[in-house]
Parts: sequence; structure tokens; C-alpha cells
Amino acid sequence: MEYFIVFLPLLGAFIAGFFGNKFDQKYSQFMTSLFVSISSILSIIVFLKVLNYGYSNNLLISSWINSGTLNVNWSIKVDALSSLMMVVVTLVSALVHIYSIGYMSHDPHKPRFMSYLSLFTFAMLVLVTSDNFLQLFFGWEGVGLCSYFLIGFWFKKKAANAAAIKAFVVNRVGDFGFALGIFLIFYYFGTVSYDEVFSQIQTLNAKNINFLGFEFKSIDLICILLFIGAMGKSAQIFLHTWLPDAMEGPTPVSALIHAATMVTAGVFLVVRCSPIYEYSELALNIITVIGMSTAFFAATIALVQTDIKKIIAYSTCSQLGYMFFATGVGAYNVAMFHLFTHAFFKALLFLGAGSVIHSFKDEQDIEKMGGVYKKIPYTYALMLVGTLALTGFPFLSGFYSKDAIIEFAYLRGNVTGIYAAGIGIVTAMLTAIYSWRLFFKTFHGNYNNQEVKYEKIHESPAVMILPLIVLGLGSIFAGFFFKDLLIGNQSSVNFWGESIKFLEPLSEDHPPLWFILLTPTIVTLSIPISYYLFLKDKSVLENFTKTNYPLINFLKKKWYFDELYSYIFVEPCKKLGLFFWIDGLTIDRFGPDGISNLIKGLSIKAVKFQNGFIYQYAFIMLIGFSLILTYLIIK
Amino acid sequence: MFEVSLGHYLTLGAIIFTIGIIGIFLNRKNVIVILMSIELILLAVNINLVSFSIFLQDLSGQIFTLFILTVAAAEAAIGLAIIVVYYRNAGTIRVEEIENLKG
Repeated sequence: MEYFIVFLPLLGAFIAGFFGNKFDQKYSQFMTSLFVSISSILSIIVFLKVLNYGYSNNLLISSWINSGTLNVNWSIKVDALSSLMMVVVTLVSALVHIYSIGYMSHDPHKPRFMSYLSLFTFAMLVLVTSDNFLQLFFGWEGVGLCSYFLIGFWFKKKAANAAAIKAFVVNRVGDFGFALGIFLIFYYFGTVSYDEVFSQIQTLNAKNINFLGFEFKSIDLICILLFIGAMGKSAQIFLHTWLPDAMEGPTPVSALIHAATMVTAGVFLVVRCSPIYEYSELALNIITVIGMSTAFFAATIALVQTDIKKIIAYSTCSQLGYMFFATGVGAYNVAMFHLFTHAFFKALLFLGAGSVIHSFKDEQDIEKMGGVYKKIPYTYALMLVGTLALTGFPFLSGFYSKDAIIEFAYLRGNVTGIYAAGIGIVTAMLTAIYSWRLFFKTFHGNYNNQEVKYEKIHESPAVMILPLIVLGLGSIFAGFFFKDLLIGNQSSVNFWGESIKFLEPLSEDHPPLWFILLTPTIVTLSIPISYYLFLKDKSVLENFTKTNYPLINFLKKKWYFDELYSYIFVEPCKKLGLFFWIDGLTIDRFGPDGISNLIKGLSIKAVKFQNGFIYQYAFIMLIGFSLILTYLIIK
Repeated sequence: MFEVSLGHYLTLGAIIFTIGIIGIFLNRKNVIVILMSIELILLAVNINLVSFSIFLQDLSGQIFTLFILTVAAAEAAIGLAIIVVYYRNAGTIRVEEIENLKG
């Protein structure tokens, strides 16, 4: 059964990719959607088996590398963690596949698109079901590749190509760290299999290693390097620049890859490696700091963006920050819980945004929308659910997971924990404000679009709304139904089992009541505040913008990260590249071009002899003659 | 008393030869001058032949001279004929304008 889960999407990708154009395009859409749907139903069955019987298994597909002491297998590891991820991946993927049938209905390259989506699903499944670091790396690169394909799907758009390359290159930075981490693991343990590494991890406690001239504890270094990989994939601060640009891709792609699944691979990695991270206090603190910085920083940027997809992208960035600081304070299961609920409401928001964009005929600027809630009631209602869930409105899924993160950060008790909790609360408020800003500007207020007439705005087809409804149900109920299972007091015994390791059991205390009530209160209060600021009385906000122009501009320019990177890395690299442009500047210069230039120059000089004056010819003849004569005489 | 010796004759021949050669390529006027210069070179050769003929007491040198004079006359005739034809075709015999061979 597990084989089917993993390989059905690959089969679909293969058929749609190579033979999709041989028959009608709707067959490839239907087939890939069907395969991924079957796969998602099967993963739910597997998940239920894990849930009820504590099922876990490690299915060997085949041996991959068998060289000396390095033995790497292709395998499908089923345990609590991977089965949960499989459900998230296949379920969202299936819904996105179905949604794409409607969203991409005007696109001429449907089979290619569906094939990429399925291929991505396959790579992601390989990633989550791996039982060793190398197969994980294979899946890691596989999803990166598919992300590249899909961001650059509209390859005629220059910005899309640039964004695809940017995503790929920025991820290389992270992957470099990740690869170094795997090398280091192999160096110490002689194996890359999870089980063997995790069981030997304690032998590493006392060892140090010199890296770039600094003395590190080996375990810290391994954790930090792996985390750099996770930062790249999960768009954490410093390596986040690719994610907002990746919104150039089609919206279903943004929902599937850049919200629900691929970007959470970094969180998954850290959770999967919890047996290693538990021994590295330093790495956990770094993760906490990076996570909360990202959460805060991305939320501030989202406050002022006007592109609907970019706002949601920064929101994703910010929520990923939450997940990381949950892992950083040791609450791995809470991070997974937030990943799980986030997959629902963020995919819902993206697909809802896609539906709005579809209605507005590819308009993405929220300043050019507004007042259409009566025209697109389903999308409106579903976006409302998504927004409420994202902001953590009481009793929706985001409420349980986000508050749990903040509470566990508080319960951690140390300085970073308290600090993270504080930042978490502030970020929750920012999240609420930018989410409601997006919501009000998109659906309420005056109709601001010049190009599409108000009467022409129409609801998206059912094939797009149905997946949204499923996700909407998930956004409402996933938190409530799964909270005991995933983050309850007995969760590590009942569900997670061996897949997540807690060195010390998580605190079972509860924070004081005022603390528990703080976040929901702030979040709820944000709704009327946002309503007032963005709809009722815009003058307050305008005055604020005028008086704090530098601040707003700083946020609008996304903290100048792109400019900074362009200045520090991109431009010097360009120069260096031109300098080392071996093909053009070295080989051609001395090779073909060089020889032809030489001959040209020589012949221009030779031509000067042929000036046509007989007396000079005669003179040259005489000189030659006398030279020959002289030679003969001397000899 | 000043004795005219072989050396003086050879020097004269060399001077005339040199004048002939210089006349060929310092000449900017017309092709006839080149022809004249060639005649000068031939004359220089003749002087050498005659001088050596007397010096070596051998008549064959002077006989050669007569042959050369004959050939030179024929050559001059042909050369002048060529120049005349060329003038008819090109309308000029100025050396500077004869550059059809320019590459």
C-alpha cells in the first residue's frame, strides 16, 4: 500500500509528462488528480493504522549505494511523523490537483503542469518517507527542482524565470550547509541511516571539531549545518528572499509548494532529527532566535505589501518562523501540529487568493480590488475562514497550534523562551492586522478596479470551490480534533512514539490564565481595530504613513534585503563570473578568434607590400637577388 | 702619370649600375625612365665585360658585349612598343598611376 502512495504520483507524472499531449488534455488532468487522490486516501488509511495500532514499518524498495561502509537504501519508513506528513502532502496535493483543473483551464500547457505537480508530490513523499539522510537529500533536491520548474512554469515571463533561478540559487546556499552536515554525520558515524545515527548520537557528546578556525562541539556543528539547509528550504531570515519572488508561479503552486508542503520540509527535518537536536543546546537557541526573528520580520513586511500573493507569502514565512521557534524550545510535536494546521489554512488562503485573482482576471494588487464580497460569496466565506484560522481566532485550528507554541515557549522558562513568547504575541497581533488588511481591502470598501467591470466579476467554477471547502473544513476542525492527539499530555506516548525524541518530557504545567487569554484577546481585538483603520477611517493611517515615511519605506523595501544581497553577493559574483568567463575570454581569445585575428592582421600587413608600383617590385626583386648572391658568394 | 687601370673601369661600371638601379625605384616620372635605367644597367655590364676582356686578353668578352647590345636594342624596341600600347590603353605612363597590381 505504501508503495502505491509513493509511486502513483510518479506514475501520473510520467504518463502526463511524456504522453500528455498524445490524447486530450483533460485526461491527463483527470488521471493525475485521480492518482494523487488515491494516494491521499491510502495515506489516510496508513495514518489511521498508525493511530490505532501504533503501526510502523520500514519497507525496503531497493539498495541504492553499496560502497565500502556506505550502505544506502531506497526505502519507505512509516512512523507517526512520516505518516502525518504523508497525509498533509498527499491531501493538499490532491486538492491542489483538482483545483488546478479549474485554475489552469485557459493554459495551453496543462499536461506539463499536472506532470510537474505530481512529480513534486512524489519527491516530497520520498523526502518524508526516507529512512536515511541521503534519500532525504534526494527528495530535498527533487522538490527543489520541481519548485524551480513550477515557479518558472510561465517561462515566457521574464520575472518568472528570474524568480525560478533565484529560488534555486538561494536554496543552493542552504543545501551546501545541509550537505556538509550529512558529510559530517557520515564522518563521525560511518552511516547515514537515521536509526544507526540516532542510536550512536551520545558518543559524540565530548567531541570537538575545528571548523573555519573556530572550535565547535561536533554535535552543535552538525545541528547548525543541518539547520542552515532547513533555513534555505523553509525561507528563514537571511535565506528567505526567494519565497516572495516565487509567487511568480501559478497560484496552485504557491499553495502546494510554497505554503503547505515544500517549505515545511525544513521544519520536518529538524523534527525528524530531534534525537540529535536534543543534545545541542546551542543549536536549539539559534533556531529559536532565527525562528522568532523571521516570524516578526516577515509579519512587519506583510503589513505594507500590496500584492495579495506576496502578503500571504510573507505570512507563510512568518508562520514557518513560529514552527521553528517551537522546535527551538523543544516542542517538536507542537511544531508539527502547527505545520499540520498551517497546511490547511495557508493552502486555503492561497487557493482562495487564486480564486479572487481568477475572478479579477489576473489582478493581484489588493489596492485594485474591494467591495466584491456579494459577487463571490463562496470565495469570500472561505477566505474569511482561512483568515480567522490564520490569525488564531478562538476555536479555529490556528488558535490551538499558535497559542500552544507561544505557551510552550513561555513554559520553557529560559531567556530565549520568554523572549520568543513575547515576540510570538506581538507577531500574532501583526498577523491579525495584515490578514484583516488583506481581507478588508480585497472584499470590502469601494470597488477599485478599472479594467474589469464590477458586473463581470463572477464566482469561480465548482471544481475550484470544492477543494476550498475541504480545506476550509480542515481549517476549522483540524485544530480541535487533533490537538489532544498531537500535543496532548500523553501524545508522545500515544502517538509520536519513537519518531520524536524528548530528552526531558515536555512540561505539563499550564501558564497562568492571563497569559493564555492574552493572545486570543489581542487577536480578537485586532478585528475591529483593522476594520476601523482600513475601512472606516483611513485618515489615521494616512497620517501615520506620512509622519513615519522612512519606516514605511523600510518595510515596503522588505528591509532592503534584496538590495543588500544584490550589492554584497550578486554584483561581485557577476564581475567574478565575467572575469572567469573562460569560454569567451580565454578559449575563444586564444583559440578560434585568436587565430583568425592573427591571420587577418598579418594579411593586412602583407597587403601593404602589394601596392602595385612596379619600381618597388623591381627594388624588392633586386634586394632578394642581391641577398641570394651574397649568400652564394659567402658560401 | 695617372694610369687608368682595371679598377677604374670596374668602378665606372659599378657607378653606372648603381645609377641604373636607383633610377628604377627613385623614379616618379614615367615608365620610359625605367627603360632607360635598365639600359644603363646593361651598359654597366657591358663595361665590365669589355674591361675584363682586355684585362684577360680574351676576345670572347667583347663578342658577348656585341650580343648584349643587339639584345638590348631588341629589348628597347619591344619595351617601347609595350609602353606605346600601354599608353594607348591606359592613357598614361606615369609610374605613380600604374598600380593595377595593387592587392
